[in-house]
Amino acid sequence: MQDIYLLVAGPLAWAAWAIFFLGSAYKIWSTLAVAKQKDQVLLNYVSFRYALRSIINWSIPFNTTNMRLHPVFTGVAFFFHIAFFVLLIFISAHQIMIEEGFGIGWVTLPDIVADILAFAVLGVCVFFAVRRVIRPEVNYVTDWTDYGLLALVTAPFLTGVLAYHQVGDYMTMVILHMLSAEILLVAIPFTRLSHMLLASLTRGYIGSEFGMVRHVNDW
Amino acid sequence: MKERVWIQDEGIDRGAEKLTPERIEKTINAVLGNEAGARLKAYVETCAHCGLCAEACHFYMSRDKDPRFSPVGKVKQTIWEMLDKKGKVSVEFMKQAVQVAQTECNLCRRCVQYCPFGIDIAYMMSLVRRIAHKLEITPLYIQDTAHSHSATMNQMWVKDDEWIDALHWQEDEIREELPAARIPLDKEGAEIMYSVIGPEPKFRTQLIYQAAAIMNETGCDWTMPATPGWDNSDMAMYTGDSEMMGRLKRMHFDTAARLRVKKIVMGECGHAFRSVYDTGNRVLGWRMPPVPVIHALEFYWDLLNSGKLKVAKKFEEPVTFHDPCNVVRGRGLHEKAREVVRAFCTNLVEMYPNKEHNYCCAAGGGVINCGPPFKNARVEGNRIKAEQLRATGVKVCIAPCHNCHGGLEDIIHKYKLDIELKFLGEIIYDCMEKPNAV
Repeated sequence: MQDIYLLVAGPLAWAAWAIFFLGSAYKIWSTLAVAKQKDQVLLNYVSFRYALRSIINWSIPFNTTNMRLHPVFTGVAFFFHIAFFVLLIFISAHQIMIEEGFGIGWVTLPDIVADILAFAVLGVCVFFAVRRVIRPEVNYVTDWTDYGLLALVTAPFLTGVLAYHQVGDYMTMVILHMLSAEILLVAIPFTRLSHMLLASLTRGYIGSEFGMVRHVNDW
Repeated sequence: MKERVWIQDEGIDRGAEKLTPERIEKTINAVLGNEAGARLKAYVETCAHCGLCAEACHFYMSRDKDPRFSPVGKVKQTIWEMLDKKGKVSVEFMKQAVQVAQTECNLCRRCVQYCPFGIDIAYMMSLVRRIAHKLEITPLYIQDTAHSHSATMNQMWVKDDEWIDALHWQEDEIREELPAARIPLDKEGAEIMYSVIGPEPKFRTQLIYQAAAIMNETGCDWTMPATPGWDNSDMAMYTGDSEMMGRLKRMHFDTAARLRVKKIVMGECGHAFRSVYDTGNRVLGWRMPPVPVIHALEFYWDLLNSGKLKVAKKFEEPVTFHDPCNVVRGRGLHEKAREVVRAFCTNLVEMYPNKEHNYCCAAGGGVINCGPPFKNARVEGNRIKAEQLRATGVKVCIAPCHNCHGGLEDIIHKYKLDIELKFLGEIIYDCMEKPNAV
């Protein structure tokens, strides 16, 4: 068990981060390279100012028309994305590993807050799954990959919560937690989770078209 | 879900008879693989299948939220399947895909404003149309219009002498009211080239009359071309015939260059504006149009604000204003248009949602041009616009776009609305000061 832990916490973790960073860089680079080769008609219309205008307006909760049409989903979706990164960066258990590994540290969340956030994120994952089933317009465009991706995202939170509360064998749970997080990292550049990388590009492009050519808001 | 009813269209059916699986595969992969690039890839890989675009679409809203009519639902029925199967789709599939892309999407781009990632679904529907064009399964009526473009360089099979004749006729007519008025033909060095769409000389000649009255009474230095190139419309853009779109726009710009005008002013048409201002220039390699292109709405606003156009009397009856997608979501002219409407009308009643969040008329994007086979489906697909219009309680609707007129007329008829449609130019012509009138 100890050996597996060391493997998952050591070489596999390094590999996962490396694949994530290199894969992400490749994803963005290849998208831009193809755009440069085949979409000049598009690149010529990218305006930094209007791209930023669009990205900012879509980053403010309840700021766009569609966000106000779906207040519950908007609240839940914003919470999910923010909580995802807050937990990743500020949870004390992660912090200890970073400090041990790199000798740097920053403020951490009180455990009780982290715990509540993690449970809330799990609740959101259930919400996303239920929404996929019961909303006809979502269900119609859902296939197994959507549930698969959701499972990939849910797994680190579920195993994290179970490990923290010492449900089941602690060591097994910690290993599963790390492993699932590593799988998620590797999956981001190569699945539709790559919206994390590409959303600012698609948003920025259409924001430029709407701002510079069409002189109209895109939110 | 209820079984979908697919509509019989001679153009689609006859084209499909000549299709083979190999040809379909080759064509799909040529368009999606070679013509499309990073944009399509990013769109497909970014889409989270969240369904948040659904309520943006008037077809979806009007069809009791049937998910097959949501923007992403249309992508699923077309592009996703083509990509998943790497082009190995059946003839039957292609017949349905062309119906979805060509008759159930107006390319109004409202969903673009509702997608969190800003995915341009209209672009993907255009790609499907492009594939259908290359496979020769475009619906019959709009293909006939595209043929007219390629044979005559105008939309309505108007012959060269008929065009000049129509203008002379309107000049004769207008001189009864404004004796000094002219419709200057081919006047080199004029400031403005005024261009219209094919239907104006064909059956809406009163619009040329009204435009001529406005031009003459506001002292504009203007001209209309006497040669092909006078028509700014473009159904080839909507069938995916990019090559023909390029020829059309080139002739239009070349005509403006030959006449050495400073700008092109266009009549009240939406799709033509999209073609001249946004799409056609790109296909020809110009970042922005080589000659400034001014839509009628902006032109009226300019005339009003420079003091050339003066209000003689107000239009007293309450009016509502329909925002055409291509000049509102396509050019942001909604505020200028309202300033002009308010200057000439006492009471403007808004319909909601409006301005850049308007609902489309369901005629645009070449959908009305697909003709009678698809008329009922189109009108049923825009119940929401009828409800919007009814809620205003007014009896006059200003719609500054030809396609919108066609689409709204059908809706008004089907849903028994007691509403009269007007172009903005009609109201201006009625209410402006005409110092030279007898």
